[in-house]
Amino acid sequence: MPDFLLQTVFNASYAASYMALIAVGLVLIFGVMGVINFAHGELYMAGAYAIVFFYVWSGLPFFVAVALGLVFVGCLGILMELTLFRPLRTNPLGGLIASIGFLLILQTLAVLGFGLRNQNVPPVSQGRITVGGAFLTYERLYVIIATVGLLTALYFFLRKSKFGWALRACAQDREAAALQGISINQTARYAMFIGAALAGVAGAMTAPLVAPSPYMGHSVIVTAFIIIIVGGIGSLEGAVVAAVLYAFVHTFVTTFYDGVIANIVGLLLMLAVLVVKPQGLFGVRERA
Amino acid sequence: MPEKTSIGGAGLIGILILAVVLIAVPHLVSFSQQELLVLLTINVLVVVSYRLQTLTGEWSLAHVVMMGAGAYGSALFAKSFGFPVPLAMIAGAITAGLIATLLSFPLFRMKGFYFLIGSFAAGEILRLIWKRFTDPFGGPKGIQRIPGFPEIDLGFIHIDFYDPANYYYLVLVVVLVSLWVLYRVEKSRIGLTFHAIHWQDKLSESVGVDAFRYRMLAFVIASFFAGLAGALYAHYLSTVNPNQFDVNTMVYVLIWTIVGGTSRWYGPILGVVALTIVDEVILRSIGVDQVRPLLYGLILILAILFLPNGLESLVIKARDALRGRGGANVPNGEAVARK
Repeated sequence: MPDFLLQTVFNASYAASYMALIAVGLVLIFGVMGVINFAHGELYMAGAYAIVFFYVWSGLPFFVAVALGLVFVGCLGILMELTLFRPLRTNPLGGLIASIGFLLILQTLAVLGFGLRNQNVPPVSQGRITVGGAFLTYERLYVIIATVGLLTALYFFLRKSKFGWALRACAQDREAAALQGISINQTARYAMFIGAALAGVAGAMTAPLVAPSPYMGHSVIVTAFIIIIVGGIGSLEGAVVAAVLYAFVHTFVTTFYDGVIANIVGLLLMLAVLVVKPQGLFGVRERA
Repeated sequence: MPEKTSIGGAGLIGILILAVVLIAVPHLVSFSQQELLVLLTINVLVVVSYRLQTLTGEWSLAHVVMMGAGAYGSALFAKSFGFPVPLAMIAGAITAGLIATLLSFPLFRMKGFYFLIGSFAAGEILRLIWKRFTDPFGGPKGIQRIPGFPEIDLGFIHIDFYDPANYYYLVLVVVLVSLWVLYRVEKSRIGLTFHAIHWQDKLSESVGVDAFRYRMLAFVIASFFAGLAGALYAHYLSTVNPNQFDVNTMVYVLIWTIVGGTSRWYGPILGVVALTIVDEVILRSIGVDQVRPLLYGLILILAILFLPNGLESLVIKARDALRGRGGANVPNGEAVARK
């Protein structure tokens, strides 16, 4: 039984890791741009397909492919900012609809380029860590390490660097930041690059474990929304904590009951948080 | 938003032309387009009732699930309890209204984006319950072999509602009556209060308006008509399943409504009709089935970039130009978009 519990903890840690990457990117974009990026799940999908292209088809080393995927999806983010979110800056609901349009385009491109079926990505490593009867494969371990590394780097970037300060200033109050001489456009571009790239890395790192398909982004975006609500919409720390909380609850309920019940429990958790503390666990006041 | 309510001579002619088109259209299109026409007419009711809900300024993502509640309710009343189908439809719509009443209590503690996501969660829970519990709801496969609308046989006249053209007329009548009711609600004191809550919720509360009750009322009325639309849908397709009411469908309803515009009652109708024609008729006839979502996405982006106040802003501008007053103003379109 303890082995079984430990195994579930391992599974939950893995799930928490890639969900945290996706949710943090979504929060960053929402914080700086004030727009809900509905296409975030498709950026994750694009990251996974970057692995199919660079690693499986082109035969590059896996981690080189991940880095290329990061840059590629980050650039997709910049493209979204330039073509969609910048013209629609005063119209967040319009930004939401435009991101749905972008989502449809990305999905179609994935279908056209790679076909409808799930892609097989050969395993990166056969190794595993065994603790008693429980084990954690290296592939999953890499995801956890990448998440911890990237989120730590992001934390220091936001706290220490000049761009980080600008980014946080924009998230707090865009007009006031602009008055201080911070370029909103440039900051938005950085936020979109980082936010999209995080989703891309999550997709790239998990590609060997999930067999990418064009519609894989759909379930991910729903989970990500739950997480950012539970954590508080503007809060990066909240997103990480909520990702861990959600992944553990979801994984344990899935293990002991079934997946659908786990989804219901996750949604009830979110509804409970919303009713009791509408601004989320770490939330600040609602943006106007 | 008081508008001219009396109908002029030109308006009367317009209504006559519209009536002729609505009556003639099933005989001008192919069989598969007739089926599409039935669904389109039902969707008109879905988007117009959705707009009523958004009048108070809150955007729900549970609307399609409320439609599902009506569909499931009506199907179960007809199939398991043996209600006659017309009665089951109304019972289904009432069921959707009751569920909306219950959901109001947790949901209207939230506002804005939180309400949007909260309503999504509530709807999704309901949908997952249909999916999980096989006993009354049939699980992922849903409910099949739902009885159809009974045929009318008066000896000299015989109407079989399995024929999509006939079902279309039935749906048309139900939808037109519903639209009229929704229109009257909006123009009544209640509707004006909805607008007041949207634009000045603190002020309207300070003069004694119970914002919670009016938000709930808008949600319940909208859900009732969504439920009715769902019931029409269930007895036409004779099968309902949880996937028909998932977030993808909701996204389409949202798109139709926003691309059409929400400051006028006809905005969402323009949206759903225009986008359905573009998607199902024009894009399908080009014969590029695989690229269709891509083109649809592009159209969506272009529409939102170049027509941020919706298709209705074109109509408003055209009408203002005809009346010869320059400087067309869309009073609250931009503010809606800012929400």
